[in-house]
Amino acid sequence: MAKTLLDKIWDAHVVRDETASTPAILYVDLHLVHEVTSPQAFTELRQRGLRVRQPQRTLATFDHSTPTLPADAAGKRPYVSLEAESQVAQLETNAREFGVELQGWGSAHRGIVHVIGPELGATQPGMTIVCGDSHTSTHGAFGALAFGIGTTEVGHVLATQCLLQRKPKSFAITVNGKLQPGVTAKDLVLHIIGTVGVNGGTGYVFEYRGSTIEALSMEERMTVCNMSIEAGARAGLIAPDATTFEYLRGRARVPQGAAFDAAVAEWSKLKTDAGACFDHEVQIDAAKIRPSVTYGTHPGMVMALDASIPAAANAQEKRALGYMRLEAGKSLTGTPVDIVFLGSCTNSRLSDLRAAADVLRGRRISQRVRMLVVPGSEQIKRDAEREGLHEVFRAAGAEWREAGCSMCLGMNGDIGQPGQLVVSTSNRNFEGRQGPGVRTVLASPLVAAASAIAGYIADPRELLAEAAA
Amino acid sequence: MKPLAHIHSRTVVLPHENIDTDRIIPARFLTTTQREGLGRALFHDWRYRADGSADADFALNQVAAQGCEILVAGRNFGCGSSREHAPWALLDFGIRAVLSSEIADIFRGNALKNGLLAVVLSEGEHRYLLEHPGIELSIDVAEGFIELSDGGRFTFELEPFARHCLLSGVDQLGFLLQHERDIANFESRKAA
Repeated sequence: MAKTLLDKIWDAHVVRDETASTPAILYVDLHLVHEVTSPQAFTELRQRGLRVRQPQRTLATFDHSTPTLPADAAGKRPYVSLEAESQVAQLETNAREFGVELQGWGSAHRGIVHVIGPELGATQPGMTIVCGDSHTSTHGAFGALAFGIGTTEVGHVLATQCLLQRKPKSFAITVNGKLQPGVTAKDLVLHIIGTVGVNGGTGYVFEYRGSTIEALSMEERMTVCNMSIEAGARAGLIAPDATTFEYLRGRARVPQGAAFDAAVAEWSKLKTDAGACFDHEVQIDAAKIRPSVTYGTHPGMVMALDASIPAAANAQEKRALGYMRLEAGKSLTGTPVDIVFLGSCTNSRLSDLRAAADVLRGRRISQRVRMLVVPGSEQIKRDAEREGLHEVFRAAGAEWREAGCSMCLGMNGDIGQPGQLVVSTSNRNFEGRQGPGVRTVLASPLVAAASAIAGYIADPRELLAEAAA
Repeated sequence: MKPLAHIHSRTVVLPHENIDTDRIIPARFLTTTQREGLGRALFHDWRYRADGSADADFALNQVAAQGCEILVAGRNFGCGSSREHAPWALLDFGIRAVLSSEIADIFRGNALKNGLLAVVLSEGEHRYLLEHPGIELSIDVAEGFIELSDGGRFTFELEPFARHCLLSGVDQLGFLLQHERDIANFESRKAA
């Protein structure tokens, strides 16, 4: 019988089939761990006298609670609180005591957990990957079934390398055509969420397919899969292809030489068979997508940047517009901006930094704007500095920070003040996400950079046209 | 986990759609390394004004909400992050069941693993409960029905294994550990 990509990965990881009374036992190939959602799970293991079953399938780092300002001369890091500092120290202790690899302070590869997995080549096609973090969907860009879990399940995976799961339904999102100039993977995924709805993916795994998806780089594919959860889907998949294999070739944790060729031969089988059925499907025309942003308080409230702000369809949207201090029918461009955040597991990779730097090069950001640039990992920071991107950002008046999640969720103290408007390349615009009362507009790195220069929400296509002229 | 067979309580209603996990518990409260004591942070930026005073307009701050164990919430409750701090905060506050017409996948899984009943109702039933805040409900977990104090009766589905775990108060790790041999066999096949 013809199988979907989801079927193939699922079937290869079933330890025990699901029955009417019990879910399947599903094997996990790679367990990513961070400081926020793991301490209670390690405590559980200690209380039960359990060990980590497969330390070599477990990779830990810290990213959420970590300061993005450097340590002082005495080596003291400016944590937001003693509790945040002790949470990080707790992961250091847990990793040491349970024999788990930690990319910690001083490691060349510390960074946002969903950035470093692919960077190291730990993320590979056909794997099952979990993490106590909903943006684990990012790794689906490699054709891995990757999804977020809670802390209780983190404990399950630490202790047994398995999870109890009912098989999710499949949802094909087919995107064909060519993206217009100035339209990025971020605009594409915002448009998709706007189309499917903030809850349209509940119970499903997305498979992104079609010529537009095939033409995306790996970094762009990660941006798309990253935000699957914002439409309610726990995972998003893209079938691995030559782009995937070239990205992985030579990375630290992938097989090398002849073993790599053998792996590619296996990975090449990971695609949905012709004639396989999906539980749900939607078609998207890439050529019609314009630079897109959010205007409300959930990621499904998406509009084209050059359109007028849509009328509220219900009481909740009305409340959202009130919170955002926006008026239906007016244009969003021209709205004053206080902070621009370039970073997060959605848009903190080298290509994102390059795209923003191309807009900012030789320009200054508006005096009314504070701009934070937070690379996704130590590796990206080094690579960007080697190219001189940090100098471009600094010369423009932006702050060049240490790697981490930073303002995406503001856990480390990188937040705005009540009422401030943040143009953010991150993934969630929930009320208060970036600080109590802070208003978030989700956007691409291009829109973020153009808005930083203008001091108000701005269309990057004008600047791009200028650069091309 | 304590066994959960029946819940008898009035409801408290938050009709807003898409109540996300950042609303349920803001990220700045996630630096804890414990499960306990998060009730104080539940819906924090809704319950409290910027000056720290309780907002009397917020449903959970009202006298009628005291002691309520059942939260009826707008569609797509619990969307957003995977933070299990969300069900921990609800439980610590005293909520034992969340009813909605749609509940986000990760939140629902986390809730059920902690003894917080998360139930999806039909749109009509959901609307009825939204329109009747404070109605008294009696929830039977084993049989999957809810009796309303006005004589109404709704039935609901629950994943059978989650139901079993709720009723017997056992957690799922024990079940996984019992299958150690299956896991080991799978690992040997994989290595071969």
